[in-house]
Amino acid sequence: MAKVIMTADDSASVRQMVGFTLKGAGYDIVEAVDGQDALGKLNGASVNMLLTDLNMPNMDGIELIKQARSNPKYKFMPIIMLTTESQASKKQEGKAAGATGWIVKPFKPEQLVAVVKKVLG
Amino acid sequence: MDQHRKAYREEAYELLTELETSLLELEETPEDEELIGRVFRAMHTIKGSGAMFGFDDIAAFTHEVETTFDQVRGGRIPVTKDLIDLTLEARDQIRKMVDGETGDEGEATRITDSFRSILSAGELSTEGPASENTIGEKEVDEGGGPSGDQLREVLYRIQFRPESGIFATGTNPARLLDELRDLGECIVVATTDNIPGLEHMDPESCYLSWDVILGTDEGENSIRDVFIFVEDNCELKVDVIDDEGGIDGPAYKRIGEILLERGEVTSEDLQKALSAQRPVGEILVETDAVKEGVVESALAEQHLVNKVRERKQEATAASSIRVAADKLDILVDLVGELVTVQASLTQKASIQGDSELLSIAEQVERLTGELRDNTMSIRMLPIGTTFSKFKRLVRDLSNELGKEVLMTTEGGETELDKTVIERLNDPLVHIIRNSIDHGIEQPDVREASGKSRKGTVSLSALHSGAHVLIKISDDGAGLDPDDIRAKSVEKGLIGPNEELTEAELFAQIFAPGFSTAKRVTDVSGRGVGMDVVKRGIETLRGSIEVESKKGTGTTITLKLPLTLAIIDGLLVEMGPDHYVIPLAVVEECIELKSEDVAESNGRHIANVRGEMVPYILLRELFHMDGEPPEIEQIAIAEVEGGRIGFVVDRVIGEHQTVIKTLGKVYRDANEFSGATILADGSVALILDVHRVLQTAEREK
Repeated sequence: MAKVIMTADDSASVRQMVGFTLKGAGYDIVEAVDGQDALGKLNGASVNMLLTDLNMPNMDGIELIKQARSNPKYKFMPIIMLTTESQASKKQEGKAAGATGWIVKPFKPEQLVAVVKKVLG
Repeated sequence: MDQHRKAYREEAYELLTELETSLLELEETPEDEELIGRVFRAMHTIKGSGAMFGFDDIAAFTHEVETTFDQVRGGRIPVTKDLIDLTLEARDQIRKMVDGETGDEGEATRITDSFRSILSAGELSTEGPASENTIGEKEVDEGGGPSGDQLREVLYRIQFRPESGIFATGTNPARLLDELRDLGECIVVATTDNIPGLEHMDPESCYLSWDVILGTDEGENSIRDVFIFVEDNCELKVDVIDDEGGIDGPAYKRIGEILLERGEVTSEDLQKALSAQRPVGEILVETDAVKEGVVESALAEQHLVNKVRERKQEATAASSIRVAADKLDILVDLVGELVTVQASLTQKASIQGDSELLSIAEQVERLTGELRDNTMSIRMLPIGTTFSKFKRLVRDLSNELGKEVLMTTEGGETELDKTVIERLNDPLVHIIRNSIDHGIEQPDVREASGKSRKGTVSLSALHSGAHVLIKISDDGAGLDPDDIRAKSVEKGLIGPNEELTEAELFAQIFAPGFSTAKRVTDVSGRGVGMDVVKRGIETLRGSIEVESKKGTGTTITLKLPLTLAIIDGLLVEMGPDHYVIPLAVVEECIELKSEDVAESNGRHIANVRGEMVPYILLRELFHMDGEPPEIEQIAIAEVEGGRIGFVVDRVIGEHQTVIKTLGKVYRDANEFSGATILADGSVALILDVHRVLQTAEREK
């Protein structure tokens, strides 16, 4: 069965691009428009990996990572931050919250697939 | 990408509208943090997505605005009417850019400059939210290949000690080790010394660390890239331990030296240990200088380095020289001549009855035999290189056709004559193309019929007597006998009421002009191909067979002679002439008495231990004058799956046959695959049993 990746981003075009790319690489995609939406959709669902933007309305990526990690089911799930902010502080904050890795926007589809393959296999 | 760009435009319009509303509201309530956040996010998304879909100008322009609002968000720059005005102008400018208007460059620059001056007034450090792209660059590296100048294999020692909490970041260290294994040959030694007793063990903590010895030509950056996400959560040391390209170096460092270099022991400890004159590793563990796991890891390093060096040495030892192929051909010709001359020498010696000469002739015979075998083996090449060429073909083809195909090979070490291998290439290409194009189904179709999405095409080669069998099998749709029948009838290859066995039907795919593909693709389906394949295999004195089961796949088996230059033949006589039948096809020889002929009522059928075997009178076929002897002989051969007899005057016996091709003058003599020179200097023609059979059928 294909692995399920949730992509949380408030930008529809980014969601579309991420979804398109990862479906092409053989993964199933669940989309969420912000942190709150993502958390609601996670709620025990079988998700193998989370790709989240950091700046989102309602609930930002950092909080989403914290909340997801507090659920035992997602304790060891790979989480990748999509960020334009490669500032060490933001990345550190994300890592501290429990993110596995990050990918800096703008990125090319093949870079995204490479990172997903790296952490998810 | 166009559809993504369109999506981006639509999204940008929405965001710009929202931006406008937010800005106007912000003017009323300049302290509203929620509104400031909204403005920032809108800019952020426009910029981030813009860069991703190729709107670099928008990204660059929006960057300044975003940076400013990041400061506003942090409370370092106040919201003023001027700022709102400027941002609204910027918003209009972005709108123009999204529309694709070239607009006024000066306008954009003026706005950018204004934001810059606001920023510098706010005493902003140059650290904007996205002013740096160093990590981005790194990601690019990851996708890219090895840096050009680092192609030599270098051995690295990687010491990887993750923090105990590494699992909490969703990192799986085993995956990182797998990634290292992908880089090259490596030995991984896990250090288990830190695992506490069960009562103290937290199953969510990582107590392991790893020492990896890796030989790779990808360079150190590739190794560091593997650990890019965990570099803050682990201790990582990457050292070059063996960069000597040469092979004459002494055996690799001794165990103590390795430990010393790694900083695991001090030189005093080492000296003490050495003076005790026992295995260093053992002593070091005993004296508690290092833990057992550390020694094990160092041993692994020593082992791998020595292995790599040994391999380099072997590669040199098994060196080869390249020889032009035509020199080899000449050598084979000469050996052929020698075999012929040797045969006449042996014959002459036995006639003269001179025992001294006989013993010399025997020695010459033995040496010639060895020389022949050696010369032939020089021309033998493993078929594996041809097989690996097809991997690329399979990959390209399956991509082109949108199919998922895995190719497996087996028996690549099987050796075949160089000429055979060369001439085998085209037929194999045809067959593999057919397997992928007609055989393997589209992934969805496969899934629907309960197969894995990925189809398999397997190539295998194995020795079978004087032949090599090459099998090409796929687990695709298989051949449909009904389809083939319908098609053959339509093309007039068989009559509408003709009864054919499944095997005979399958054989139709080799008929000229036959193709069952429902549509013509670039790849196959034009009805040329399989008949060409069959001809190609037959000129190599080989045969081809098809087995297939509808729904489960097809196997095509090629049976090829080991060599084309010298074969074992059966020498036979008819009147004054000699002929050679390839021994590989001959099963037995029996006598044909004239009363047998009388009993069979004019039909050419012999009774061989109760089995009816049809035979061909070669005398008749070759229009030879003169009377056959009273008792003729039949050489019974297996041809195209059946037994058939060839009637000759007398079977003389086995003969080492050096094949000479017939000149152009005889190119119409289809029934003969070549000629050979006998011991007495006369010429014997070599029968091509397939063709003889075809000719006989035609004449009937």
